[in-house]
Amino acid sequence: MNTLNFNEIIEKYPKEKRYTLAILQDIQRNFKYIPKDAFTALSLYLNIPIIKLYSMATFYKALSLTPKGKNIITVCDGTACHVRSSSVLIDELQKYLQIKLGETTKDGIFTLQTVNCLGSCAIAPVMVINDKYYGKVTPSAIKKILKQYGGEEDE
Amino acid sequence: MSDKRIVYVCFGTGCLANGSMDVFNEIEKNIENLNLDISVKTIIKSTGCNGLCEKGPVVKIEPDGISYFKVKASDAEEIVKKTILKGEVINRLLYYEATLKRKVKSHKESEFFKRQMKIALRNIGEIDPGNIEDYKINMGYLALDKALFHMSRNDIISEISKSGLRGRGGAGFPTGSKWKQCDSIVSFPKYVVCNGDEGDPGAFMDRSIMEGDPHSVIEGMIICAYAIGAKEGFTYIRDEYSLAIKNMTNAITEARKNGYLGDNILGSSFSFDIQIVRGGGAFVCGESTALMSSIEGSTGEPRAKYIHSVEKGLWGQPTVLNNVETWANVPVIIENGSDWFNAIGTKKSKGTKVFSLVGKVKNTGLVEVPMGTSLRELIYDIGGGIIGDRKFKGVQIGGPSGGCIPEEYLDLSVDYDSLKEADSMMGSGGMIVMDDRTCMVDVARYYLNFLSEESCGKCVPCREGIKRMLEIINDICEGRGKEEDIENLKAISETVSEASLCGLGKSAPNPVISTLKYFSEEYWEHILNKRCRAGVCKELTTYYIGSDSCRGCGLCKKNCPSEAILGEAKKVHFIDGNKCSKCGSCINTCNFDAVKVK
Repeated sequence: MNTLNFNEIIEKYPKEKRYTLAILQDIQRNFKYIPKDAFTALSLYLNIPIIKLYSMATFYKALSLTPKGKNIITVCDGTACHVRSSSVLIDELQKYLQIKLGETTKDGIFTLQTVNCLGSCAIAPVMVINDKYYGKVTPSAIKKILKQYGGEEDE
Repeated sequence: MSDKRIVYVCFGTGCLANGSMDVFNEIEKNIENLNLDISVKTIIKSTGCNGLCEKGPVVKIEPDGISYFKVKASDAEEIVKKTILKGEVINRLLYYEATLKRKVKSHKESEFFKRQMKIALRNIGEIDPGNIEDYKINMGYLALDKALFHMSRNDIISEISKSGLRGRGGAGFPTGSKWKQCDSIVSFPKYVVCNGDEGDPGAFMDRSIMEGDPHSVIEGMIICAYAIGAKEGFTYIRDEYSLAIKNMTNAITEARKNGYLGDNILGSSFSFDIQIVRGGGAFVCGESTALMSSIEGSTGEPRAKYIHSVEKGLWGQPTVLNNVETWANVPVIIENGSDWFNAIGTKKSKGTKVFSLVGKVKNTGLVEVPMGTSLRELIYDIGGGIIGDRKFKGVQIGGPSGGCIPEEYLDLSVDYDSLKEADSMMGSGGMIVMDDRTCMVDVARYYLNFLSEESCGKCVPCREGIKRMLEIINDICEGRGKEEDIENLKAISETVSEASLCGLGKSAPNPVISTLKYFSEEYWEHILNKRCRAGVCKELTTYYIGSDSCRGCGLCKKNCPSEAILGEAKKVHFIDGNKCSKCGSCINTCNFDAVKVK
């Protein structure tokens, strides 16, 4: 990765501690994770020890230390989704993709994660792939949806 | 065309998910083709705010007062040709009101709507949040003008105090007292903060307000800033709420352009501006001190509240922090006066409260009712009852800090104090309805799991206590429950709620305490009989198909993701226990109640 890229993002912000989270989020958005070198660059820029930045990167769910897959599957596990069986969707997805929650498939096509609530409780259970919302998802609909994103074909 | 029609297409998250963007484009195209003098406006109505988003996309045509539901892009041409050109109503797209047993022309004729009283949600679905003029036409920024030029700073604070407004974020602290305390401290700068980090799962009141009526929040904040002498404000919004962030950002820019934010607001000597801070996806950041720490650019860990934020908040300076719904109430109170607001609600809980009525209820959505409305009215009259007319089991109120309320309390008045007495709490307003297919032990497990992940780890009782409780409940749900588990759960609950540092930990045992109190028989059944009556805890569940009620329709077979159901058409089906993943698709789809839990 080219360090210039983080610097472009970092330098959009004033040199103040209060922008740390916003900068980290922008980097996350661009790279789908926080690359190691970005920590060094940001630490120098804001004059904050790397350990503090690392602590933030592990504290906030929006930030990750490993690259995420091409398509990010987010299953809402809010209470409304939970009582409408979102855990079943999660089980089925884990089985189908052969990964655990938070992991990325070997081919880098899918990352599976949950979110606490998307506030779309009326169409629960909700699954989001990248920015596309799928409401009232049933276990049997999963395969069909994933195929649109280059998921494995049925054997 | 004599009269001009406005078409409102809902752009809330729920309707967008159902394809309202395509509907909008198609209607626009059809109108352009016909060269009509009709302005097609987009109106961003938030998901479920009218409770009708599950029947979305919603299209409204004014001034005719026609509301269409489940509109598809292919309906666009017909809507334009029939309704817009000729004023004809398309019956197929109307809302079916179950109590009247007929379709109604406008959603406002439905029971769901008639029983509500909209104050915080007054503009949602009625205005285009992207257009400041829409807000102004609906009395927007009049309260600000009144506050700046016709009231003293003390008048404003005393109006809010007299109104009886209490914080809508959960704890219910009197808003006026907060402002007054902050005002009395002579230390500058002061800050005004809006808590839009709506972290409670199953709650989306604040998202809806920020998406659908961002200016009401901004106006509330400006009025408070003027009253307490603050120059800078922050709105902290959950990162997951992309549409809310977009609409709030846009509204702040518009407000600046119109002289409501920035230097010398409306020509006065008062200056104030608001910045948006995106949250990082941590539930604890909804706690005020953690939120402030997050705005300052650190991890969102709370601190002990020996000194209140009104005295030492953001960067150690006096800070007023209120949640989104509270802010949205402020302009109306200033405009209509405290007496008007004070007359609504109960003795100690004034005004209205917005709830997100979700779960196993027919009309899922946001509802706003006067304080003191009964749970029964909320769930049965407004919510239309339980999906599939199944048996009501309980309602969870107050998110991870709240509790589950059983059937015998259905006539409970919903206000801060009554809910507390029933071992629940108002919280931010999430109301999750549960039926006989919900396992209450699993509900407790769900919240513990949630809280153990979201505990920031700073204090031991919360970090360790919740984990140990979760281990015990996992054992119970997975068939390893022991008799002494119940006593242990109670003992740890007590310690965690006594000894934790912040509100998250102090209230963490609530879901366990309330389910133990009202649904103890389910716990015992799990522990002693190794049975989960709701068929949720997989290790304790075996499904079977009752031979007397199965009609062999094959619906369960079609919906089974594991191909575990066998049987020929019109003959009794059966489940292959080795293949069954216990997902419950069969029991949920069967129309004849033939699938049962052993």
